[in-house]
Amino acid sequence: MASEFAVEMQDVVKQFVTPEGGILSAVNHVTMQIKDGEFFSLLGPSGCGKTTSLRMIAGLELPTDGKILIHGKDVSQVSAFQRPVNTVFQQYALFPHMTVEQNIGFGLEMMGVPRAERSKRVSEALAMVRLPGIEMRKPNQLSGGQQQRIALARALINKPEVLLLDEPLGALDLKLRKEMQLELKTLQREVGITFIYVTHDQEEALTMSDRIAVMSNGVALQIDQPEEIYERPATKFVADFIGETNFLDGVVRGQNGRDVEIDLPGSGTVHIESSRTFTTGQQVSVAVRPEKLTLKKEAQGGNNLKGRVEEVIYIGTDTHYGVRFAGSHKARVREQNATQANKEIAKSGDEVTVSFTRTSPRILTE
Amino acid sequence: MLKYFRGKKGLQLFGLIGPGALWMLVLFNLPVLIVMFISFVERGRAGGIKLPPVYTMENYAQFFNACTSQFAGPECDPFLYLGIFGNSVRIGLIVTLWCILLGYPLSYFIAKQKPIWRDALMILVVIPFWTNFLVRTYALKSVLATEGLFNTFLTNLHIINQPLDLMFNEFGVIVGLIYGYLPFAILPMYASIEKFDHSLMEAASDLGAPPWRAFLKVMLPLTMPGVVAALVLVFVPVVGAFITPDIMGGGKVEMIGTLINRQFGVARNWPFGSAMSLILMLLVLVGVIYYFRSTTEETRRAM
Repeated sequence: MASEFAVEMQDVVKQFVTPEGGILSAVNHVTMQIKDGEFFSLLGPSGCGKTTSLRMIAGLELPTDGKILIHGKDVSQVSAFQRPVNTVFQQYALFPHMTVEQNIGFGLEMMGVPRAERSKRVSEALAMVRLPGIEMRKPNQLSGGQQQRIALARALINKPEVLLLDEPLGALDLKLRKEMQLELKTLQREVGITFIYVTHDQEEALTMSDRIAVMSNGVALQIDQPEEIYERPATKFVADFIGETNFLDGVVRGQNGRDVEIDLPGSGTVHIESSRTFTTGQQVSVAVRPEKLTLKKEAQGGNNLKGRVEEVIYIGTDTHYGVRFAGSHKARVREQNATQANKEIAKSGDEVTVSFTRTSPRILTE
Repeated sequence: MLKYFRGKKGLQLFGLIGPGALWMLVLFNLPVLIVMFISFVERGRAGGIKLPPVYTMENYAQFFNACTSQFAGPECDPFLYLGIFGNSVRIGLIVTLWCILLGYPLSYFIAKQKPIWRDALMILVVIPFWTNFLVRTYALKSVLATEGLFNTFLTNLHIINQPLDLMFNEFGVIVGLIYGYLPFAILPMYASIEKFDHSLMEAASDLGAPPWRAFLKVMLPLTMPGVVAALVLVFVPVVGAFITPDIMGGGKVEMIGTLINRQFGVARNWPFGSAMSLILMLLVLVGVIYYFRSTTEETRRAM
């Protein structure tokens, strides 16, 4: 292997001409390095450029600018059929006129593998996806979940250097999807192939990935491990897209080492720990997850903001409290229903104190 | 009356199907039976048939061996009619092949356009149908004739000195037939190609298939129903065509259609014309059945 990276995107741009004649930059100067053997997810809302990025790695689209390297080799202008990658398509794209065996064996046939060996390896691939003995069936005789596995087997049998998956579980129902998530993760560890996984489902990305690239408007906003992305989002968009976040807008009052004092106009003053340096008077947003907030009757250590409960939503495992502070700030507080008593912390209209530690929020500027 | 029909399923069905069925029966099936009858009797002296009818197999015998005719000279060619028949089938196959070869890429091109362009282009394909077939063929004649548009153009540009023989030969007939029947090939192939899911070509490419192999292994089999429909829709009428060979061939290219046409005209031999019509019908029928048999299975597997 010429490089420790399975795939590198170097300053890649992809522009399309819109029907109106304008130019749309689907991918805008994206640079990322995907390590060998990694389960890497491209996460973002529809239209963020994640699928276009994947299609460029597959060779189904050629970049307008920039370079794409697979194991150190520049493949930017190489056609899809000559690239050492395979794709599991969103709608599976199984060949309807071929049997399962012909579908899975298609890649080997193109490589010129003799029929007997092909058939043996197809059986092995079917066993791997736990669907043995259905060689002679047609795709339309299979359920959605089975088609999904056939599509997976059809790609993996070619032993690609990188496997690309374009929202492969999107068409499955929730229970099956959860099952397949675990199965895919296990499979990836077994075969040791680099997986690049496109999804708009943040939970799916957090569950499965070694690393995630969060994309928006053709730009990769943050590339990091799931925990980092969740705990230390780089931008407001990332904080908002991954999980739920309260944003409390304020102004920096001053900074003493790691301690940043922020005034939330009308609602109070908070102290947040941060390794970054802020200037006095700077507009910032204090981002804090609902589960890091607690409701108290009176102030305790850390930060305390007084407010009134506006709504109480019981959702089984947790109860969500919508709290409005004295200023225009609002926050959602999440309390676990671990004991019966927890359910009666507060009711709508109650005056409460919302408290949180100095380390749990992030100060975001963009 | 209408109240009476209501609630009576059988009568409702008859009311809907009856008129069409009657039309087919009287104006289509009955004439075929009459043709069948005429093919088995002796000809009348001035056309028509001899009355009272005298039954004979002579008309069929004459087709397979031209020398059995009472007018056959000593140097007759027994395979005269079989030869013309074979020639028609050959021309039919050439025209069908060209219609498919020309029509497939064109259908593909049209199917790939944006909806609004697609509709506009399809109208361009269909527009010739709004003009009488005879008029269209004469229009083509004015293009291909010795003094026609094409020759004049090339002569004036000094690309050629002598006008090319583009008409009154087999070439002219084939060009005329392709011109006339290309839309029949485009329509069904377009319908198939338009439905084709192009992501399957991406999947094939992703799995290592170069474009031509992806086409042969994925796109062609899945659009085969359209190709077969085109084949039948072009081949059947072309084998029996008589207007185009008549005008574009100038009497020099004999096809089964012109031959049959002549039996009901100048040759005044209705029974022989009827016999040949039935033989043609039978052959086309056998061919079509064979083709549908061999392809529906393929298609069924495809779907």
